[in-house]
Amino acid sequence: MGLEKINMPQLGESVTEGTISSWLVQPGDKVNKYDPIAEVMTDKVNAEVPSSFTGTIKELAAKEDDTIEVGELMCYIEVDGASSDKEAQGDKETVKENDGEVKKEIPASQAPADKNEQPAQTNQTSKKRYSPAVMTLAQEHNIDLNEIDGSGRDGRITRKDLENIIKNGDIPTPSSSKEVSEDDRQTSASKPSSEGIKTEDGDIEIPVTGVRKAIAQNMVKSTTEIPHAWMMVEVDVTGLVELRNSLKDEFKQKEGYSLTFFSFFVKAAAQALKEYPQLNSTWAGDKIIQRKAINLNIAVAKENELFVPVIRDADEKSIKGIAKDITGLAAKARKGKLTSKDMEGGTFTVNNTGSFGSVQSMGVINHPQAAILQVESIVKKPVFQDGMFGARDMVNLCLSLDHRVLDGLVAGNFLARLKEILENMNKEHTSIY
Amino acid sequence: MAVISYIQAVTQALKEEMQRDEKVFVLGEDVGKRGGVFRATDGLYEEFGEARVLDTPLAESAIAGVGIGAAMYGLRPVAEMQFADFIMPAVNQIISEAAKTRYRSNNDWSVPMTIRAPYGGGVHGALYHSQSVEAVFANQPGLKIVMPSTPYDVKGLLKASIRDNDPVLFFEHKRAYRLIKGEVPDEDYTLPIGKADIKREGTDITVITYGLCVHFALQAAEKLAEEGIDAHILDLRTVYPLDKEAIIEAAAKTGKVLLVTEDNKEGGIISEVSAIISENCLFDLDAPVKRLAGPDIPSMPYAPTMEKYFMMNPDKVEKAMRDLAEF
Repeated sequence: MGLEKINMPQLGESVTEGTISSWLVQPGDKVNKYDPIAEVMTDKVNAEVPSSFTGTIKELAAKEDDTIEVGELMCYIEVDGASSDKEAQGDKETVKENDGEVKKEIPASQAPADKNEQPAQTNQTSKKRYSPAVMTLAQEHNIDLNEIDGSGRDGRITRKDLENIIKNGDIPTPSSSKEVSEDDRQTSASKPSSEGIKTEDGDIEIPVTGVRKAIAQNMVKSTTEIPHAWMMVEVDVTGLVELRNSLKDEFKQKEGYSLTFFSFFVKAAAQALKEYPQLNSTWAGDKIIQRKAINLNIAVAKENELFVPVIRDADEKSIKGIAKDITGLAAKARKGKLTSKDMEGGTFTVNNTGSFGSVQSMGVINHPQAAILQVESIVKKPVFQDGMFGARDMVNLCLSLDHRVLDGLVAGNFLARLKEILENMNKEHTSIY
Repeated sequence: MAVISYIQAVTQALKEEMQRDEKVFVLGEDVGKRGGVFRATDGLYEEFGEARVLDTPLAESAIAGVGIGAAMYGLRPVAEMQFADFIMPAVNQIISEAAKTRYRSNNDWSVPMTIRAPYGGGVHGALYHSQSVEAVFANQPGLKIVMPSTPYDVKGLLKASIRDNDPVLFFEHKRAYRLIKGEVPDEDYTLPIGKADIKREGTDITVITYGLCVHFALQAAEKLAEEGIDAHILDLRTVYPLDKEAIIEAAAKTGKVLLVTEDNKEGGIISEVSAIISENCLFDLDAPVKRLAGPDIPSMPYAPTMEKYFMMNPDKVEKAMRDLAEF
């Protein structure tokens, strides 16, 4: 014994419902398959609905004049004994007739939910697949996408994820996750250079570690982040050379260390920076920070290493004091004794490229500073002066500047002032103490 | 406001327009005494007589041709193709004459004709009673194609079509005729041709569709709302020319777009919608534009299982919507 449903049949094209005009059976009536059980009226036809089974009518699900949609229940019928197990389980008749459909629905509604819960935690393969909308929003709001967990399939970050973050004002910016982005940069700085480069017989492979690696990273960072501009002035330092040469032997004897030309240039740079603090500054994304202290990095090379220790408060020091600092820092660098304190806090860099004989060079700015000054070799040249040739000591000063922070005008003024200071250094006016 | 069925909205619109303007008349196979095979013209013959409700021979090119001629002389014919599938013999009249007359005559002549035709499947109608034919006409400037989804839209847009001074193809989904009911105002109103309509506001995914599929999408959206998926549904209403502004706005709103039609997939209305979106919305898109459509086979099969496979339904739409929401 089992219950079956009889549903409203499709009674013609475009007919979606039928109205029961009269029942031809009552509960308890025995009917044979194909016996008419009701008269139904539709927009198009009046028809008799036949029974789909042989059995006993159990319950009528609608009254006369009720309108029933096609496929909806009309009545229950108890099917005679011969009905199979399948029908016996069909006790819950609501499930029964829809069997096929129900089966389909369960996997449809559950499977995606399962799929969603399990792989979502492990599978992040789409995390870095950004849609145009996501890229646009990330750019407009300066959002660091590395910091966001995507709610989309396989960890994809959806536009909605970003819209929610923006709405909540909880935006992870690139600066708040600097370490992550620096790691990224590190890999990007070293990776491309290794790709597609073959080692031939006899080549020597030098592993990039320690200071070399740091230099590489800093240089990549400086050149990729900072828009460099470059300018050069030629300075007549005949007076300075006379001054220094007249003092150097005595100085060495008295003080125990050399009075280098470079000390004069560092002093002059510190003085000019005091007057042009724009060059003594740092680009900080949405602002420019102008430094009060004038701490000058100087470049000290040692074999294949390069250090940039700092002369602190150079503007407060005499030429002698600067010469002393330079000597001390250079000695420490050569012995590998520089501490991180010696290297910290630089606000501007003066690079003594002239010591290698260079007469012109384009410095890479020491990130995050705004400029670097290259002091080239002093060269004796014939120069027109007051209508006649004279032998003069000439030097080129090259300045690389962060064009985000500085423009040609202020940099030019700085160089002009520096030139003026240097050209006025001579025995008559300049004291090294 | 009265609740009426989709087909009652057709009948009301015809009746009221015929009462309002004596230039309006209907013609078609069985539209007179029989009142139309679907009963769309029920009662018109009795009210307006045989001069304004013309039973025609089984010759669709003649139905269209007579309509065009009458329209060029100032009448406002409403021709019925008994099934959209039967419109093919009239294609030359519609495309070569009706669509081009105003342009060809430098504005001297026009064809203010409406052609109504029931389209669509899911009614066990098989090959010649189930087709969607809108794509055939959807690259013919000069024509307008209206495919409403609700009784309100049917009435407002059919009236607007009849009053329009150029030919309008008005496709009615035959399964919607008695399946879809809705409120319709008692007073006279028209709706603008060429304007899409937002049928549901949502923020997660956008569904753009037309005709009966609007209801499938609405049903699916209600189910998905329980899962927290909030769908935005745009009903194109006019499928040619398309309401580009509304399409761009709806697509940009969520960046995830599902396009649904029961027509074959390739070369259909939604393909053009997809092109509009890709031309205009690149930086708003968060997922590939998805098309859900019938398979590219010649027509809807008769066997119920096969018909079910071909025909769009709420389950298919729901599955595609969920899939897109999860992307």
